[in-house]
Amino acid sequence: MTVTLTINGQKVTTAEGSTILEAARSAGIYIPTLCHHPDLSNVGACRICVVEVVGARNLQTACTTPIAEGMVVYTDSEIVRATRRFVLEMLLSDHPNDCMTCEVSGDCELQDLVYDYGVKWPEHKGKRHNWEIDPDPNPFVFIDRNKCILCGRCVRACAEIQNRDVWNFAHRGFRTKLVAGADQFMLDARCESCGQCVAYCPVGALYDKMSLGKGRANQVQKVRTTCSYCGVGCNFDLNVRDGRIVRVTSAPDAPVNGMALCVKGRYGYDYVHHPDRLTAPLVRARWLQGVEEKLKGGEWQVFVPQGNGRDGGDGSDHLTVTPDTFIQTDWDTALDVVARKFAEEKRLHGSGAFGMLASAKCTNEENYLFNKFARQILGTNTIDHCARL
Amino acid sequence: MTNTIADITTQSKCIFIIGSNTTEQHPVIGIKVRRAKRYLGAKLVVADPRRIDIADYADLYIRHKPGTDIALLNGLMHIIIRESWHDQEFIATRTEGFEELKATVEKYTPQMVSEITGVPVEQLEAAARMLAENRPGALLYAMGITQHTVGVLNVMSCANLQMLLGNIGKPGSGLNPLRGQSNVQGACDMGGLPNYYPGYQRVNDPAVRQKFEQAWGVSLSDQVGLTVTEMVDAAGRGDIRCLYIIGEDPMTSEPDLNHVRHALENTHFLVVQELFMTGAAECADVILPAASFAEKEGTFTNTERRIQRVRQAIEPPGEARPDAWIIVQLAKRMLALGAVSPRDDAPYAGWDYWGVSDVMREINTLTPIYAGVTYQRLEEGAQLHWPVPDEHYPGTPILHVNKFSRGLGKFAAVDHMPPAELPDDEYPFILTTGRVLYHWHGGAMTRRARNLKTMYPEAMIEIHPHDARKVGIRDRQLVKLASRRGEIVSRALVTDRAAPGLVFATFHFPESAANFLTNPALDPLAKIPEYKVCAVKVVPMPDDQRL
Repeated sequence: MTVTLTINGQKVTTAEGSTILEAARSAGIYIPTLCHHPDLSNVGACRICVVEVVGARNLQTACTTPIAEGMVVYTDSEIVRATRRFVLEMLLSDHPNDCMTCEVSGDCELQDLVYDYGVKWPEHKGKRHNWEIDPDPNPFVFIDRNKCILCGRCVRACAEIQNRDVWNFAHRGFRTKLVAGADQFMLDARCESCGQCVAYCPVGALYDKMSLGKGRANQVQKVRTTCSYCGVGCNFDLNVRDGRIVRVTSAPDAPVNGMALCVKGRYGYDYVHHPDRLTAPLVRARWLQGVEEKLKGGEWQVFVPQGNGRDGGDGSDHLTVTPDTFIQTDWDTALDVVARKFAEEKRLHGSGAFGMLASAKCTNEENYLFNKFARQILGTNTIDHCARL
Repeated sequence: MTNTIADITTQSKCIFIIGSNTTEQHPVIGIKVRRAKRYLGAKLVVADPRRIDIADYADLYIRHKPGTDIALLNGLMHIIIRESWHDQEFIATRTEGFEELKATVEKYTPQMVSEITGVPVEQLEAAARMLAENRPGALLYAMGITQHTVGVLNVMSCANLQMLLGNIGKPGSGLNPLRGQSNVQGACDMGGLPNYYPGYQRVNDPAVRQKFEQAWGVSLSDQVGLTVTEMVDAAGRGDIRCLYIIGEDPMTSEPDLNHVRHALENTHFLVVQELFMTGAAECADVILPAASFAEKEGTFTNTERRIQRVRQAIEPPGEARPDAWIIVQLAKRMLALGAVSPRDDAPYAGWDYWGVSDVMREINTLTPIYAGVTYQRLEEGAQLHWPVPDEHYPGTPILHVNKFSRGLGKFAAVDHMPPAELPDDEYPFILTTGRVLYHWHGGAMTRRARNLKTMYPEAMIEIHPHDARKVGIRDRQLVKLASRRGEIVSRALVTDRAAPGLVFATFHFPESAANFLTNPALDPLAKIPEYKVCAVKVVPMPDDQRL
């Protein structure tokens, strides 16, 4: 069944049971929202989406009001605009004026609306909150309740997307406070550290702790990719600044996971930049010729593992080289050592001398090439990977 | 998976999870299952020897003894057939072997099954009723089903149950293994297996071999190769002289690590291509530094057979290079050395590729299930689940819709068999192994993700409070866990997640990896090790005697 209504003088026909907001958006008519999110239930908490419905006593929240046949709606009349400006002024009256240093500046739904509606920061009047900043010891989610607009998107994201019910509101009126569990630390309230609450926060009240100060929306480049951990195949955006991953953000159109990610996908990316990364081909000295010369000439180095307390620099002067010593070489040398050795082994011992372990963390193309290398070049079907492990 | 994550978690009336710690190992599937149960009215049945997180959300939680899955499933099928709840039309038109199955499960009376599994008879009856009354139903499983000496038979049992209920080939149903690594599906699809070319084309099928011989311009072996566990054995004996390992650390993930270390150290020439200095890399002759997922282009195939793009965001550090580049360079050098001389006229004899999309074009030609998977379609947003037999085919989200790939679905009647190693007086506990939420697989990546390490900094052994009291262990006390193959020391986590008589350990931390203890007994067909059951003893340790 469909229903026809008039929005801003335009006839709109859409499915019965839709809200005014849904009807308007289906017709390309913009209504601002804050507490509404298409993935979540509607609560009509923020009042920013109010519209004028002819015949109704008050302005109606577009996100919760169902459409009716013949309804006449104005989404941008003067009274609607004035009401939205008032709502925004009220929000700003208890909001820190620190967009200059706020993490989400440029990516803040409140900031965008304040800009669109030309609202000036109100003169200080009335009470303001002074919540402790970052009061929760969990390593993932930064909390600044001073910026919280009580929209409840985090509460619903946790309840409806993650189904974990960590967040809720305590108290009433001005004392209303976003709390985890019974006003506990998040992890004590059974938080799984998925960060869904951060992803759905429209302002800077909840943010990714690992990304504080690492770069704002206009300073990062987003690259859509697929997660490197389990086999669910979540997509997300790697946020890159100056060649480093500074944050992972949800991609609403990710086909498998939508906005949802888990703790490893959202917060487990920094291994990529770990100082333990191998950054040069390593060959045991016994397989190399002219090691001493190359070391003296500075072309090669003795490999000193990171993370053992020693400086990782060129230690060739004071380290003795045994046949087992790993030498940092160049690619040509390392590839030649392997290719020559494989060729010799194949000639002397046949294809049965080889075993190949492919990788469940490598791409399809890489695994295809590895399979071709085993079968075409080495002549063996002894190739397997950790699917069973 | 025969079905997709979306259809299972929106259209299933009953989700049956057996042998999968879904919310910790596949968290985003886990939350969708919780959502289906909470908001969409699906029933949730969870069977697992450990009281895992998802059990808290279940309508019915069944704690069966490790290694008794077949008995449990046969018991459920016994009740379903006894009550005539089986889908007779589906069985008549789509399957064969029902009479044999019926004869086998006839023996599995609720009383007998209860004795084997430790599950009360009323729970068995209630579970069977719940599965039967709520269809379509999806069965999800993971390594809890497969990592047994009867792994293949366990999977067959799951398939039997789903066919019996007619839960195949429709939205919200199916037999759904959840795969544990970003591209474990793709590694299988792309011929990273000893018995298959890419696309599950058998190496010992002459027509297939001929096709690849023509494409690659060489004669190829028709001998099925060795599996990973057999490979390690062969390397230990010196039969395999050269091992080339990419992106995997057998020194955490293989069973019986003392044996693995011996084998790797005895390998004449070991090449490891890695991000980090792993246990295997420490034994290597040559280590080739590889690029991470963020540093290269390509595709991954997820657990529901969906092919998706991996895109480069940053440059690899130092001299690290994508695996594809390294493999191509080695292949070209081998060709130049005359290690093999492919015929010039073979279309894919050479190794000159214009990037990874060019590799995909070769895959398209040689792999029927990937024939229509092109970069152009992926960039245009096509949602491709293989099989994708041509460029216009929309993909296959649900398998076996009107017919099974083999024609009729075959019921394979199977009997319960106990695990290879059971507790005795000397080793009185069952050890089962797995992963935790904050770590992943061998741990090489997650132990280097600062905050994941903060959350779970060291290995923990889960033990039931009754057992802890019996052995004399406090929570967080150091304990020694020993099996016939080795021993590890870690902290005890006293929790009723573990069943009485059962301890749980992970393989995320090399120094206390459970795989020093695990039994390399293999499933005879799949060659998968029995990680879910071996016998151990638990010895409390004074805190200053940490090894």
